[in-house]
This record gives sequence, C-alpha cells and structure tokens, in this order.
Amino acid sequence: MEMHPWLPNLGDLREMLKEIGVKDVEELFSDVPKEIVLKRELNVGYGRPLSEYEIARRLEELSERNAKLLYPPFLGGGVCPHYVPYAVKMIVSRSEFYTAYTPYQPEANQGLLQALFEYQSYMAELLQMEVVNSSLYDWAGALAEAILMANRINGKRKVLVPANANPNHLKVAETWARGKGIELVKVKYNEEGKIDVEDLERKLTDDVGAVYLQTPNFFGVFETEVEGVVELARKRGALTIMGVNPLALALIKPPGEYDVDIAIGDAQELGIPLSMGGPSLGVFATRWDAKLVRQMPGRIVGLTKDSFGKEGFTLILQTREQFARREKATSNITTNEALMAIAVAVYLSLLGRNGLKELAEEVYLRSHYATKSVESRGIGKRKFLGDFFEEVTLTFPVEYQRIHEKLLKAGLHGGLRIDDYSAVFCFTEVHPKKAIDLLVDKVEKVVKGVETS
Amino acid sequence: MWRQAKWDEPLIFEYKGKGRRGMLIPREDEIRKEVNVSLPNKIRRKREAELPELSELEAVRHYIRLSQMSFGVDTGMMPLGSCTMKYNPKVEEMSQSLVENLHPLQDVSTVQGALEMLYEMQEWIAEVTGMDKCSFQVPAGSAGELAGVLMIKKYHEEKGRRRDEMLVADTAHGTNPASASMAGFKVVYIKSNNRGLVNLDILKEVVNENVAGFMLTNPNTLGLFEEEILEISKVIHSVDGMLYYDGANLNGILGVARPGDMGFDVVHVNLHKTFAVPHGGGGPGAGAICAKGEMAEYLPYPIVQKSGKGYSLYYPKKSIGKISTFFGNVGNVARAYTYILGLGPQGVSAVGKMSTVATNYLISRLRGIRGLELPFPGKYRKHEVVFSAKPLMNDTGVTAFDVAKALLDRGFYAPTIYFPPIVEEALMIEPTETETRETLDKFANALKEILAEAYSDPKKISGTPLNASVGRLDQVTANHPTTVTPTYLVKKLREENKIGALR
Repeated sequence: MEMHPWLPNLGDLREMLKEIGVKDVEELFSDVPKEIVLKRELNVGYGRPLSEYEIARRLEELSERNAKLLYPPFLGGGVCPHYVPYAVKMIVSRSEFYTAYTPYQPEANQGLLQALFEYQSYMAELLQMEVVNSSLYDWAGALAEAILMANRINGKRKVLVPANANPNHLKVAETWARGKGIELVKVKYNEEGKIDVEDLERKLTDDVGAVYLQTPNFFGVFETEVEGVVELARKRGALTIMGVNPLALALIKPPGEYDVDIAIGDAQELGIPLSMGGPSLGVFATRWDAKLVRQMPGRIVGLTKDSFGKEGFTLILQTREQFARREKATSNITTNEALMAIAVAVYLSLLGRNGLKELAEEVYLRSHYATKSVESRGIGKRKFLGDFFEEVTLTFPVEYQRIHEKLLKAGLHGGLRIDDYSAVFCFTEVHPKKAIDLLVDKVEKVVKGVETS
Repeated sequence: MWRQAKWDEPLIFEYKGKGRRGMLIPREDEIRKEVNVSLPNKIRRKREAELPELSELEAVRHYIRLSQMSFGVDTGMMPLGSCTMKYNPKVEEMSQSLVENLHPLQDVSTVQGALEMLYEMQEWIAEVTGMDKCSFQVPAGSAGELAGVLMIKKYHEEKGRRRDEMLVADTAHGTNPASASMAGFKVVYIKSNNRGLVNLDILKEVVNENVAGFMLTNPNTLGLFEEEILEISKVIHSVDGMLYYDGANLNGILGVARPGDMGFDVVHVNLHKTFAVPHGGGGPGAGAICAKGEMAEYLPYPIVQKSGKGYSLYYPKKSIGKISTFFGNVGNVARAYTYILGLGPQGVSAVGKMSTVATNYLISRLRGIRGLELPFPGKYRKHEVVFSAKPLMNDTGVTAFDVAKALLDRGFYAPTIYFPPIVEEALMIEPTETETRETLDKFANALKEILAEAYSDPKKISGTPLNASVGRLDQVTANHPTTVTPTYLVKKLREENKIGALR
C-alpha cells in the first residue's frame, strides 16, 4: 500500500523489518496456520482510501436520505430531544478528554478525574444519594445492573417491576437477568397510570429481592405513592430501586428523600444529543451503606491527597472490579460513558440551580399546554389522569396511525403509538409554541376529517 | 523536559458567585400565561438542589483547565496494552452530522440514511471477522461478551441441554470471567503451557458435555498467536461447544486472519479499539456482536436489513433480546464508519501487519535491556508485548508501578501494568500502527533511561511523577472507610459530622 496519513510507518517498513531481523512481514506471522492466512484484501469501504473531501460527500449523501423535519420529533420513550449548548460541545471536543483512556494513571489525568468527580457530585446533589458511579451505558443497563446487584446482595431471584415502566428498559433488564435465572414479575397500573399498590402488595412475597419504581413513568405520569411502596418493600426484605428522569428532579422529591437503596436513570436529557439513542448515560447511585457500595457496578472517582499533601482525585474501591476480582466482580463493565458524564457536568454547570429549575418548569408547562390545547379543542384527551412531566399519553377518536402518517407528510414527527388510539408525546424547550400549535392544528384536521395533504 | 499543566482549580461546587448563569432557557411567556398548573405538593421537591452558579465564561475556563490537566492520544503516546490507543482521525467527528439529531424511535422511513450506514457497517464488520451477521446492540466490549455468552446459553437450552461451565483462558481479560459469571456460568480456567499458549492437553481433559463454550482472544494478552487454534476449535466443537472470540486484540491480526476462519462461532469487536473510535476518558465506546451459522439467529435485535427499496429492521427468530435500549452507540458506529472509509480496503488490511511491525520493532529496540525480562522469548509478538520488571524489582526495589510513573514524567502515558496476572511485575506495551518509528525510538530510549536510573538512583524513580499535575496519589486515604469521598455531598456531610464511616 502507498503512504497513508494515518499509517505513518508504511514508508519505513523495509528499515523496520531490517531492525527486527526478518525478511518480510509474513515472517512475523509464521505462527499463523497457512490455511487461515487471508490471501486477499478485505472487502470493506469503497475500493480505495477515500480522501477527507470524499468522506464528507458520502456523509452528505447519506444525510440527505434522512427525512428533513420542521421540528425535532415529539418523541420521548426513554430519550427526549433537547438543545445542547455550544459550550458543552466545545468542551467534550477537547481532545485531551475525548482521546483519553480510563484514568488508570491518575497523576496524568487529574482534570478528567475531577470532571468525573464533579459529574458524580452533581448527580448526588440532584438525587440526594451519597454515592454515584461515573456512568453506565444507559437507563436500561443501569436497571439491569441494579437488579443483578440486588441478587448478589440477597440471593433472591424474583424482582417486581411496574408495567408502566419503559418497556424497552424492561426488555433489556430481562435479557441481562436471564443468565442468573432472575424472574421479572410485572405489577399492574391503575386508571391514573400509576402503580397499583394493592397488586404490588399481593405480589410482594418473601422471595422478592427487589422492587422497581419509575417516576415519571413510561406514560409521563408521576408516581405519588413512593413512600408506601418503599415501606412495603423494606418490610418484606426487598431492596428498592427507583428510576428517575434527572431533569424532573429540579421539581420533584429526589430518591434520597424516599430513602431508596438504589437510584437509576438516564442523564441524556442534560446535554447529550439524541444520536439515534446512543451514546446515552446510565445513572447509578446508592445510599451510604457499605453493603450497597461494595456491590455497586462501574467505576467511582474519589477525593484523596498526593505525596505533597495537595488535594487530588483517583479511581476508588477498584477491588470490586473485573480486573481484580474476575468472575467474582460486581460487574463486567470496563468501558462506560465517561465523556457523556463530562457533557452532563458541563451542562449542569451552565444551567446552575435556577437554570435547571426554569428548564424543568418550562418543559412541564409546555407538555401541559399541548394537552390543554388538544383537550379544549375536543380532539383528544389524556389517557391517564395523573399529573405528568415532559411526556403525556393522549388518546384520539381516530386511529393514531392515520394521524401519524398525516403529520409525517406535513414534516412533523408525532408521538410514540402505544395502542390503536393512543400515543405518548414529548414536549420540551426545542418545541416552541408555534410548533406545538402546528402539531395540534394538524391533528385537529385529521380528527375532524378535514384532511389536507 | 515535559511538563503538564498544574492549575489549582477548585471544585466547581466551591465557586462563590451567586445568581449567575451560563445559559438562557428558551421561554414561551404566552404559555406561562395560559397554563395554570402546579405540581402536587406531595411530590414537590422541598429543598432545592444546591448547584453552583457560574457564568458561561467561568464554566468554560474551569473545564478547559481541567482538560489541560488530562492526557489523551492527542497529547502523547499511550502504549496501553490490550486497550489499543491508536490515533483517532479528526474527520471522524464529521460523521456526527449524520445521526446527531435522530431520535431512536423515529419511523424507519425517516432515518434511511443512518440505517444505510449501519447496514454497510454490519456487512464490513462481518467481513473483517469472517462471520455471517452482526448486531450493534452492544455499547462496548463487555456488553458484547455478555450478549455472546447469553447467546451460547440459549443455544444449548434450545437443544434441551443444561450446560453450566464456561472455559476461560488464564491469560484472558478480566471481563471474560465476569461476563460468563453474569450469565450464570461456572468459570473454569484453562492454564497456559510453557509457551504462553492454551494448554491443549489440559483443554482436552476438561472438555466434556458440561462445557458450553470457550472464551478466548487471539492473539492472546501476551501478544502471542494461539497457533494451535484449529485444534482448539476441533476439541471444543467435538462436544458441540461454542468458541467465543474476545475481539479486544483484533487489531493485531486485522487483515491477516479472521476469527471465523479459525473456527470461532461468536465474536465481539470493540469499535473503540480496532476501528479508532476515541475512548472518551473511559467511554463511550461502541461494539459489534457477530455470529456464524446457526448462532446468528441468537443475535440481539434490532439488526438492519436491506429490503426492496430501502432498509428496515430485522428481529432474529431465536434472539436473546435487547442488550441496550435502542440501537447501541450509533454515534460511535458512525465514527468507525468514517475510519473505514478513510483507510479503504488496503488500509484496513494493513492494520494488523503494521501494528505487529511496530511491536516487534520496539522489542528489538529494547532487547537485552537490564532489568526487564521478556517471558516466552523467541516468538514474534503481534500487536502487544508483555515484559516483566521482576529482575529490576529484585535488583533495586523499583517496581513496574514505579516505572509507569517515571514514564509519565517523560511525556508518555504508562503501559498497562500488572496484567496479565500470569506475568509478575508485568509491563504490557501496545504501540499500534499509528505511532511513527521516531516516537517508538523515543519511547524505547525513555524506558532505557528509566531503567538505568533505577540502577543508579532507585529513590529518584520511586519519587516520580514530578512533572504531572499532581504527585503520587495516596490510595489508602482514597479507599479507607473513614476518608473515602466519592462525591461532594459526602465531603460536606462529613465536614458537618453527619455521616460516619463507610461500613
């Protein structure tokens, strides 16, 4: 192959081989059985190295095949569209951060470690939980790890999960838990869209190792009986896992005040672009209890002193991890979502205490405004009566799929269909009043049979 | 002399400003006027979260300073063994425009461009691994391992068998046994022989109808190619066990040999290693999990397929389900996509060769150096090499840990140390194909200098680093139950005497 900017030694190959003392590259692979040595080039890419200009053209070509929408989709279901400020983008583009590895040599990575410690601290303050790890893959991964952790602590193989939790999270948790033979038992929800506490109590037998609760839940509805659920679970010797949207925590009571054992969630909404769902950021926190902390999955950054007595940061409690404990580790995770954790820390540092509250209020109001518009025009109504945040489940008198297709034709992407007549919508600061009004207008036309193209 | 930035940068929570902010929220005052709702009192947060209040400039300076006290591949050579810290070409960042604003639940008709990219990548990764199908469900390597062992478990279950043992090489990455254990398997280690390779005699003895599979990386973590791989494959397959390939070391043979041709059935690939997605200080990475033959029907979903006029999603019949919420780390798959476009088939095919040349060149530069020993000599290494600093420790008291810190002082990141566990005082070096010969020479010289100094003045080496942002960090204080401080909240509570030791 000719010279390539990313493979600098192609031109020095002969001298390097001479220094090694071999006649050709093949000699270095003489231990590879002949029959498996590949005798051709790999069939990848487009026949030759593309120049940067050509790569850019190819990306443009592909981008043009994605639909152009007038506004970000009115879609939640685990991640919601939000605006990411340039300052966040610039800082996570600092290559000292994004080309770094896990800070195994803390002296050379103080900045990275401090930024991760600050992320943990931001989350601790929002959640009011003392210990936060420096990220897991996503909400679902965090739920799966919490379930496995509960199993390590009490050995029980049954976990109660609410039927109003995000179904994709439950699917992931099910996959991860199957290996250990852990069974996920679904608890019903009531007509308000909230967990059915009586059903939960019925199913809360002594062989239940953990109880999960999500608020706001998949339908966007706030759970209001958390205290009761935590008390019931504790009485029966089950650990409590609470899933929360960190943005909502500017307004609602944090998991720490309910004294839950494990809090999880996804911080994607705080400074991470959608990227088709990944990378995201799984949040994982526990109470100040060694029994929990020593079973916690993932990496944790802690404060310490250096040899000159100066404050510094390092990875802590690493004896739990896979390289030290191998099959007895608390988790197999090594690569996490560290850079996304930094993005979240920067985002929160920009918002500050008032900004976060204001954003959460704005989002809360917009979802209520959209609902009010739909209901006051008589073209649909809330499926559940519980109060909601950011996301809301709306039911229409015509099949939602029809509405959805008309919206798409108008350049709007509606909500997530959950049954023939209902969909969950998400409204945030990237959906201005104009956008919400347009959406409602279009829906009205379909519902009232005055369809336009 | 190399020096790192030293800012006495306070914790962001210690910034004193009040009422400042770094961002304006888009407001719709008309909505505020029209909607009159308030949260039920019962669930309302009583005490506000105490977040610091900074202007945009303050926040930016704070994090820029922190970035300056960090070390990445763009800062200097990072010869971390088994981590493959290669250059991350800048053009990769351009790929974000393709997926940045796409919601994962959008109608497939609206994301055809992104799906086309994912489909091509599935095909390309299947080609480089010699597998039939790939799924990008796995956000990183260890998730790939979990998916892989769950697939193997389900495969046996569907055949009506209960197999509860997973074989793991003793040179394996710690993730292998951890993943096998998460999937409910009993881990059985296969000892290496006196050539640093899987001991075939032991393997033959251990393999029986209880064995579900064997997790192996090739080249192994000593940088050695498992030359008896075809025999190993035969032994495992003789009981219908599955051979699992840990793709962490794929870089060493990329374009030279494919796991599929060696007899592997399930493979994970770390796109953040072999395909140059930046590591992000620990993540996000991205992965692929690929399989051959019958095993492909067990892959986690969704998988992108080409159908008629466009791309749609495919859910394999016997799939183990979902490993991550949506499509995996699509943003990073797009980065790897541009990397492959840029290298082209010729470049991708040269990766294994050039990383192997770089490693053996470095070995030849370090040959005979006093204090280091090369275990299992007389063999060519692939992408990485493990030295033992045991002679150095015996002679001078200076450890592999000390050598690592001394390297930091000379502008190099340290190699992986104390891994694999079968080598004492291990220093595991992986130079990759993207470092120039001059850099390899400088690294070798720095290491030689450190070893020579250790023999003349051992105290000087054990006092390092002096040129990094801070001196050696106290691990006892960091981990002690009475001083362990994982968050600012704990720091505050401890200062107010409101929490005790972590017991």
